Amino acid sequence: MRHWSVCHSRQLKKIYEVIERLLTRLYPVISKFGYERAEIPVFAVEKTIKGLLLDSQNCGQCIVGSTGMSCPRNCPKLLRNGPCGGVRTDGMCEVLPAMTCVWVLAWQGNKQMTDTEYPIQVVQPAIDNRLRGSSAWLREVRRRAGETGLEI
Amino acid sequence: MKLGAERGKLVLKFDDEPLILGENLPIRPGHNSPGRLERVLRSGGFAVTAEISPPDSADPREVYERAAVFDGVVDAMNATDGAGANCHMSSVGMCSLLTRRGYAMVMQVSCRDRNRIAIQGDVLGASAMGVSNVLCLTGDGVQVGDHPEAKPVFDLDCMAALSMLRNMRDNHCFMSGREITSPPKVFLGAVANPFAPPLDYRPLRLAKKITAGAQFIQTQYCYDIKVFEHYMKEVRREGLHEEVFILPGVGPLASARTAQWIRSNVPGVHIPDAVINRLKNAKDQTEEGIRICVEMIQMLKEIEGIHGVHIMAYRHEHRVAEVVERSGVLEDRVPWHPGLAVAPMEESPIHERLGTVNP
Repeated sequence: MRHWSVCHSRQLKKIYEVIERLLTRLYPVISKFGYERAEIPVFAVEKTIKGLLLDSQNCGQCIVGSTGMSCPRNCPKLLRNGPCGGVRTDGMCEVLPAMTCVWVLAWQGNKQMTDTEYPIQVVQPAIDNRLRGSSAWLREVRRRAGETGLEI
Repeated sequence: MKLGAERGKLVLKFDDEPLILGENLPIRPGHNSPGRLERVLRSGGFAVTAEISPPDSADPREVYERAAVFDGVVDAMNATDGAGANCHMSSVGMCSLLTRRGYAMVMQVSCRDRNRIAIQGDVLGASAMGVSNVLCLTGDGVQVGDHPEAKPVFDLDCMAALSMLRNMRDNHCFMSGREITSPPKVFLGAVANPFAPPLDYRPLRLAKKITAGAQFIQTQYCYDIKVFEHYMKEVRREGLHEEVFILPGVGPLASARTAQWIRSNVPGVHIPDAVINRLKNAKDQTEEGIRICVEMIQMLKEIEGIHGVHIMAYRHEHRVAEVVERSGVLEDRVPWHPGLAVAPMEESPIHERLGTVNP
């Protein structure tokens, strides 16, 4: 499934963008309902979908949009900024030889997504370990809603 | 930079050499560190660095002995940080001992064993002890080392570590935003492996490391000049060689068997069949290994955008002086080392090893 998602990274990103726009429009309603209360069902849906498609580890700070739909939390070294130097000649993981390197897939997904600027080149800050197990979608939606001046 | 002529060899001395042994140089405008490595690189010199492997011991004399074999041969030494996920003396400990003697050190920081709190504290401590260069790397997985049951930390990756250290140095604050009264004055390094997949992404990864704060790069062992030349072509196309100092890694192979073992057991090392066959067919395999290494250094020096070499001669450290001498990359230069400050040149052991041009 991880391979399939990477091969369809462009389409998946488009679908996500639609969901995000929808949720952003709905944000005033979500906000009234209460962020914490809304997070429970949103996270349940997000976890199921991303678990199925991406083997997502639910870090709460999703960056698969810039890693070609390959969840970097599956990297045994938990890298967020690209492949380590230990990738095997056949593209398999140094630590888990039966698994294709997460970042080999990420690079493949990146090339599928765009032809010019690669989002993989953005330096990702260190992870905030407190956010694990929370909804990354809703957090992003809140940020977007704030940007567009919607009432929060 | 001043080259003082001493019995045929030229000893690298700067105009502002410190009077007290173990003190750092003053920081020049536009420089980040008080170290010799940054001085050599920024003045356009071809730098030589080598890996010093920390002992499995608490005896400082063992550290000094291991360092002495590089006297007059290298511009800086890399103290490895649990190399190959094996337990040894810490890089902080190595650097603290050796900087006290005036050696130029590169402290390696692996993200495998420490979280952000520990790394920031170590770098402050190291800088206080006179360490001028810090090299961030991800680190091998624990599965290859002698403690495969250990918990791998990987709180940060090398990019996050680089930007964290740059932030400490330039913005005088911890990752949390809390202020640092006197920041660590360090020249920041990173590693690169041009030989691991995805090969077409590797030059972009270098660009990303530069964005994150890398000022010099030391690479994985280079045994395949073709792949490396192609990598450098891409690096030059992106103009990266003007933004970072690149020191490719080299090292002598002891025998064809060792080479094969390294290829299948050390993550990320790519040794082409041609090199192994050349070793196999040689009468004296160790000698051939040295010859291959010397030739590699000479070929690398000719590549545009290369600023030095990094020699990793694990368990063959005593051959490094010979490799450097035979490669001729230092030309007539003798890198400064603490022996020069305490003993007059005539008594310095450097001449026994390097010989002189005009005795």
